[in-house]
Amino acid sequence: MDISKDLVAASAAPLVLAILSEGESYGYAIIKRVSELSGGELQWTDGMLYPLLHRLERNGYVVARWGKSEIGRRRKYYRLTDKGLEQLASQRRQWQVVDSTLRGIWRSAINPAPHGI
Amino acid sequence: MENNRTLEKRIKEWRTFIHRRQAVHSVDVEELEDHLRTQVNALNEAGLDEDEAFLVAVKRLGDLDSLSREFAREYSERLWKQLVMLPGAVGSSTVATREALVAIGLAIVACIAIKIPELFGIHMWGPEENPSFYARNLSLFALPFLAGYFAWKRCLDRVGGLWLTLPFVAAALIVNIIPFKREGHTEVLAVLHLPIALWLAVGFAYTGGRWRDHDQRMNFIRFSGEWFIYYTLIALGGGVLVGFTMFIFDAIGFSVEWAVQAWVLPCGIVGAVLISAWLVEAKQSIIENMAPVLSRLFTPLFMILLLVFLTSMIWTGSGINIEREVLIGFDLLLVLVLGLLLYSISARDRQAPPGVFDALQLLLVICALLVDVLALWAILARISEFGFSPNKVAALGENLILLVNLGWSAVLYTRFLTKRDSFVPLERWQTAYIPVYAVWAWIVVAFFPIIFNYQ
Repeated sequence: MDISKDLVAASAAPLVLAILSEGESYGYAIIKRVSELSGGELQWTDGMLYPLLHRLERNGYVVARWGKSEIGRRRKYYRLTDKGLEQLASQRRQWQVVDSTLRGIWRSAINPAPHGI
Repeated sequence: MENNRTLEKRIKEWRTFIHRRQAVHSVDVEELEDHLRTQVNALNEAGLDEDEAFLVAVKRLGDLDSLSREFAREYSERLWKQLVMLPGAVGSSTVATREALVAIGLAIVACIAIKIPELFGIHMWGPEENPSFYARNLSLFALPFLAGYFAWKRCLDRVGGLWLTLPFVAAALIVNIIPFKREGHTEVLAVLHLPIALWLAVGFAYTGGRWRDHDQRMNFIRFSGEWFIYYTLIALGGGVLVGFTMFIFDAIGFSVEWAVQAWVLPCGIVGAVLISAWLVEAKQSIIENMAPVLSRLFTPLFMILLLVFLTSMIWTGSGINIEREVLIGFDLLLVLVLGLLLYSISARDRQAPPGVFDALQLLLVICALLVDVLALWAILARISEFGFSPNKVAALGENLILLVNLGWSAVLYTRFLTKRDSFVPLERWQTAYIPVYAVWAWIVVAFFPIIFNYQ
């Protein structure tokens, strides 16, 4: 199944914030976690994650530091800030509204779900 | 081992290639490279050979065009130095030519506009001269066309265009309807403040109507600094040209003073406004910005000046002697310090850690604040002794506006230097403050004459 570009873009920020709320991480690991969580359904263009991370940093939701990888290369790690936690909570509420609205209409809609629930 | 070397070579090639994209900084490239290597390793372990792994990893990173566009969106200030987002070089030269033609055309229109009042008997020079008309309207002969240039260049929509004409129409009505007393203070104040008020209206056109966007505002600040430098350079060149013209015609016994006064000067003054703007727009992709360089150069010098001034004042125990000129002088000093601050901020890499120069900047701001508090004290003393006058109230208002800006900047700078906050709030504070100047300038232009009875 192809998830539309707009949807991927809209969900990217809350997803990254949520993953970082599990603990400090870096680009590659975040992308791996996304595909793990979505069972490979959510495919990102890897490079696009970095401008997003930088934007979150500029907004003060995450802080970055340069550390070392397992083999000693320089690697940039990102960590959630308190402001980021608040943002995550607010994003979460917004998504819950969207989710419950969609559920509501899908339950009452005439056209049945594709596989019949 | 052989394989490893080819991989290193490929990564190096990839790095050089991506470096050419000016929007992606070397630090960002390093981050992307780490990603690429980790990905290659993972694919390797999954059974792909080095070549395949590299190709897949690069492919997954996304195509470079859209990637650098994403980076460019996030770091618009980098693009200021090197514009790379023009899709392909084809056609860009015709765009440049068209732009040049529009700018030069508008400059000529401005020259014609400033000569039109002459047809209605309002003379710039001579026995029936009316210099105050020209002084009041000077910015109206140039800035509407500049705003028009940006409205055209940024493809401002119709609603935005209507909003844009509003301040210019209002300004034209205000300065020509208000019955100023001859050579009164409120008229002089209006003459001084109208260009500022209208310049910020040009800012609306410059941002293409997106004036709420902080990055756009910052770009307008950058533009203003560069524009000022270009304008000054053109004025210097024009001065040399005029000097030589007068000199060589004098040598053969012709006096060309009338032509210089009636044509060259007025047309030069309004035309250069558009030409400078066009040059800044055209050259921003090629050269480094000058305003930040100058502010770096003069920040330490001004700081030394203020320190010496403060110490000698404490040493001799003498207060500031407030005359009218001194009052304006201290306002100008604050404007200058604000300018130094603004242009250092505009060129600063947001992510660089605090350095010596930042500490210097903070010290400069604090010195200026101290000097200003002393001046403010003296102004208030004078007001309580002699009462209010338009000049004093204008100076007091400007002083307070700048004081608030610099005071809060000092707080934000301290927070940044002590690593309690990032650099972004400081930048935001400056861009958020711009409307305050506009509101004040409009108040002085439109309401001061009424409040002070057109004195």
